[in-house]
Amino acid sequence: MTEPISTPVKPPIWNNPQVRAIMFQIIALVATVTFGLYIFQNTQANLRQLGIASGFDFLSSHSGFGIVQSLIPYSESSSYGRVFWVALLNTLLVSVLGVLFATLIGFIVGIARLSKNWLISRLALVYIEAFRNIPLLLQIFFWYFAVLRAMPAPRQSFSLGEAAFLNIRGLYLPAPQFQPGFGGVLAAFGIAVVLVIFLSRWAHQRQMATGQQFPTLRAALALLLGLPLLIFWLAGSPLTWQYPELQGFNFRGGWVVIPEMASLLLAITLYTAAFIAEIVRAGIQAVSHGQTEASFSLGINSSKTLRLIILPQALRVIIPPLTNQYLNLTKNSSLAAAIGYPDLVSAFAGTVLNQTGQAIECIAITMAVYLTISLLISLLMNLYNRQVALVER
Amino acid sequence: MNPFKTLTAAATVLLLTATGVAQAGAALNAIKERGFIKCGVSDGLPGFSYADEKGNYNGIDVDVCRAVAAAVFGDATKVKFTPLTAKERLTALQSGEIDVLSRNTTWTSSRDSAQGMNFTGITYYDGQGFLVNKKLGVKNAKGLDGATVCVQAGTTTELNLSDYFRANKMKYTPISYDKSDESAKSLEAGRCDVLTSDQSQLYAQRIKLAKPDDYIVLPDVISKEPLGPVVRHGDDDWYDIVKWTLFVMVNAEELGITSKNVEEMKKSTNPDVKRLLGVEGDKGKDFGLANDWMAVVIKQVGNYGEIFERNVGKGSPLKIERGLNALWNQGGLQYAPPMR
Amino acid sequence: MAESHTPHPDLPPPVSTIGVPGWLRRNLFSSPLNIALTILAAYLLYIAIPPLLRWVFWDAHWRGDSRADCPADGGACWVFIRVHFEQFMYGFYPDEQRWRVKTALAVLILSAAPLFIRSVPGKIKMRLGLGLLAVYPVIAFVLFKGGVLGLPAVDTSKWGGLLLTLVIAGVGMTAALPLGVLLALGRRSQLPAIQTLCVTFIEFWRGVPLITVLFMSSVMLPLFLPAGVSFDKLLRALIGITLFQAAYMAEVVRGGLQAIPKGQIEAAAALGLGYWKTMGLIVLPQALKLVIPGIVNTFIALFKDTSLVLIIGLFDLMNIVHNATTNPDWLGFSTEGYVFTATVYWLFCFSMSRYSQSLEKRLHTGHKR
Repeated sequence: MTEPISTPVKPPIWNNPQVRAIMFQIIALVATVTFGLYIFQNTQANLRQLGIASGFDFLSSHSGFGIVQSLIPYSESSSYGRVFWVALLNTLLVSVLGVLFATLIGFIVGIARLSKNWLISRLALVYIEAFRNIPLLLQIFFWYFAVLRAMPAPRQSFSLGEAAFLNIRGLYLPAPQFQPGFGGVLAAFGIAVVLVIFLSRWAHQRQMATGQQFPTLRAALALLLGLPLLIFWLAGSPLTWQYPELQGFNFRGGWVVIPEMASLLLAITLYTAAFIAEIVRAGIQAVSHGQTEASFSLGINSSKTLRLIILPQALRVIIPPLTNQYLNLTKNSSLAAAIGYPDLVSAFAGTVLNQTGQAIECIAITMAVYLTISLLISLLMNLYNRQVALVER
Repeated sequence: MNPFKTLTAAATVLLLTATGVAQAGAALNAIKERGFIKCGVSDGLPGFSYADEKGNYNGIDVDVCRAVAAAVFGDATKVKFTPLTAKERLTALQSGEIDVLSRNTTWTSSRDSAQGMNFTGITYYDGQGFLVNKKLGVKNAKGLDGATVCVQAGTTTELNLSDYFRANKMKYTPISYDKSDESAKSLEAGRCDVLTSDQSQLYAQRIKLAKPDDYIVLPDVISKEPLGPVVRHGDDDWYDIVKWTLFVMVNAEELGITSKNVEEMKKSTNPDVKRLLGVEGDKGKDFGLANDWMAVVIKQVGNYGEIFERNVGKGSPLKIERGLNALWNQGGLQYAPPMR
Repeated sequence: MAESHTPHPDLPPPVSTIGVPGWLRRNLFSSPLNIALTILAAYLLYIAIPPLLRWVFWDAHWRGDSRADCPADGGACWVFIRVHFEQFMYGFYPDEQRWRVKTALAVLILSAAPLFIRSVPGKIKMRLGLGLLAVYPVIAFVLFKGGVLGLPAVDTSKWGGLLLTLVIAGVGMTAALPLGVLLALGRRSQLPAIQTLCVTFIEFWRGVPLITVLFMSSVMLPLFLPAGVSFDKLLRALIGITLFQAAYMAEVVRGGLQAIPKGQIEAAAALGLGYWKTMGLIVLPQALKLVIPGIVNTFIALFKDTSLVLIIGLFDLMNIVHNATTNPDWLGFSTEGYVFTATVYWLFCFSMSRYSQSLEKRLHTGHKR
């Protein structure tokens, strides 16, 4: 007796993995699109019913309010579009400065954390654990409402040689006034930069060919400082300083760092630096100890070992999380709204939104800007990461 | 079972819900169904709206919302207060997050038109002023050239400030905060020389300072600031109720009806009083409310004069004079249309 | 002449490498640079620490219950904290109902305690953990909100202080993790449509600042919904925070998924496991274990981010302290308020990070470098 041959039953169509995959995707897409349409329709209906204006025409109308800090000329008769640029530049200013300072402090603290000096490494640890475990908003408030409030009134300012003044209204610095002929100095600086590039190439080639080292760094510094200074002297010092002076209520003239910006910058720098320090420490520890030993056995001293052997390798591990910290810092700068620094969220998504009542447009623009900045930073850092990444042979 | 069928069905349901939303019910029905009013108030301004340590609100703006709740539900406690900063308030009203905004908001043309709101009346005639430290030695606003000014972000105050300084060819540095508390703190610390806001708010801010007597409100008034409750465009019934709740309180003061004597006044022979208290006529039906709703408002919250004196006037630390806010027959501007 | 042998004088004993002097030499004074650094650091500590200690402890005012008990003489005024302590913990939660919060806390501590005892077997821990995750939120919600079982209802607008902070953090954590896992799976999916959706979602939430998200959820959301539909403000803030953190969680989990060798998936497929079984039984348990530190870090970030609800007017710990510092009767104690708040946040975040480190060590079954 033969066993009846069971022909494999063809599975029902909905158990076919391919059909399933397609179905699944269609459902997801339809659901998403429907959801989007639903939101869109609701919003349209609500706006129409409430008679709220929509569209982006408001960007060209008069703003009519003042802004405490603007990097580009701005007055009350400027447009809302101008407010957007002023606010965006303020956000970028604080972000860029924050990234610079946080990187600097973060690297120093991260390296200090690994110092053989017990006291130094403990201090670094205390700094890291203190600053990264406290909410940033609290730190901003602390600097703004507790620390900077202890500054003296304008009439009792701390002064540095009658040129710079520190008081509760901010830090007043002399502002450079460029006279005709200063262009020459700038040009000289440009030439010096070009020369330095050539010099370093030549020095590198020579070292590759002959093994002889050239003091590139010192020569470059001499060029970069010397050449412009020479031209500056030849052109008869085409630069004067405008000193801040106490007039009426406030100091006038000069450059001023407002306390809102100072406390925001201080807070985001110290906060982010704590995270960067941990990233740097982890990155350095990820480099095998054999590298250090090999370097020492070649007679390279410890500071050069750190600079030429350890850090370049550690950077590969450091860069990706560092990018995230830069992104976080940029987004965290939006907490400016809490202390009245006129950044994008505070001045544009806050004040303009309120004066025009066009919430959707203002928030959409703001979010789009942050998304763009985020994507740009990721893009740049990815490019850089590709450069330093290990080239596998 | 056919998966395609399921999918089509699901999609249809979703699409149907998507298209069938525009015809949703009016604001008043939604409020009645919900059983309480969502009222947007200030985030801390003594006399206007201020939460005590227990989170209970009081103030003139708060009482307005209580009065509306008394009108709709016969119970002044059926309100949920949402504290809002100046920046959030208009968006919150536009979106429907709150039903009525009673947060010293200035009546302006653009808010009434392009921003989709309806002002229901004026609870407080105000004007913008300046609060300065006496030590500054400034006697009037013209002496403020070059000053640093603290101002609340997203207010008409911010706009008037710039107009005023521009018109007088003076310079100033604006520091805009979201919260009024922060402006007050900054004035006290000396971050700014002067705090500008509606005068009533300046008095309220002043009592929050550690040494109120060191500060004075300058005599200059640089703008008109008619403050009142606001509702959204689109529901006239709701608009009418809020509007007439205000008028009822003003009319009650004019007729001498207070929360204390409202029961006795029901026996009055004055036809105006009778109509207002629902003894005669059917003023409730007109609004779709109980016939004695006006009497309930007066009994539970009080007339305009009572609210004023209790919160910002003689009975309060602010001690603001009635001034423009006195009744029309006493030299002020408060005037309500007749109940007929 | 007799030359006598004179021994070479003794060499000095070798530098001590043990005991206190040795330790000091090795750790503080090993090189000129180190000596300089040590002296500098010691000097900075000398400048900073004594005044700080004086302010915090010796000159501080602890007793009393009014402003008058805090003369302005350069010491901290802890009376301010003591007077407001209950408020900082519970916000505006009614006095006579606070036992409910305490009960919920006690239930949590008692039922979660076995999870932290090492001798309890893993399987029981797992069941208990999952059970707790499913049941506890319901218990806590009923206790906090009330309105059933004869408990008077307490509106969410009355919740505040540390209670609110913990509610937001707790809900955010329990909701963000599963959502993040799903998003991470979606991002690693073979299906292009699903993958694109997930990538877009993740990148969008990671790209925008949380305060714009909170602003949208608190005042703009009703614009997107049919007229008349609205729900609790706290709930909306929770949704905003959860979605935001889920995107970050997804990236952390993705890191773990990428580290699982493909062979595992292929082996699962060879055994005839479907997608969900492969992921749920084979890949995720391994991947999640790998990324526990990352998950805890996301939790810490979430915990700190809860303070942003201050901007939308919820009275969490930070806002309620900030509010108390503007109380006219207690002006001028901002620093005390901030120091107190910072300490509370710090205790929570620091213990979480320590716990994650110990967990990481314990779970490290592989080869440690």
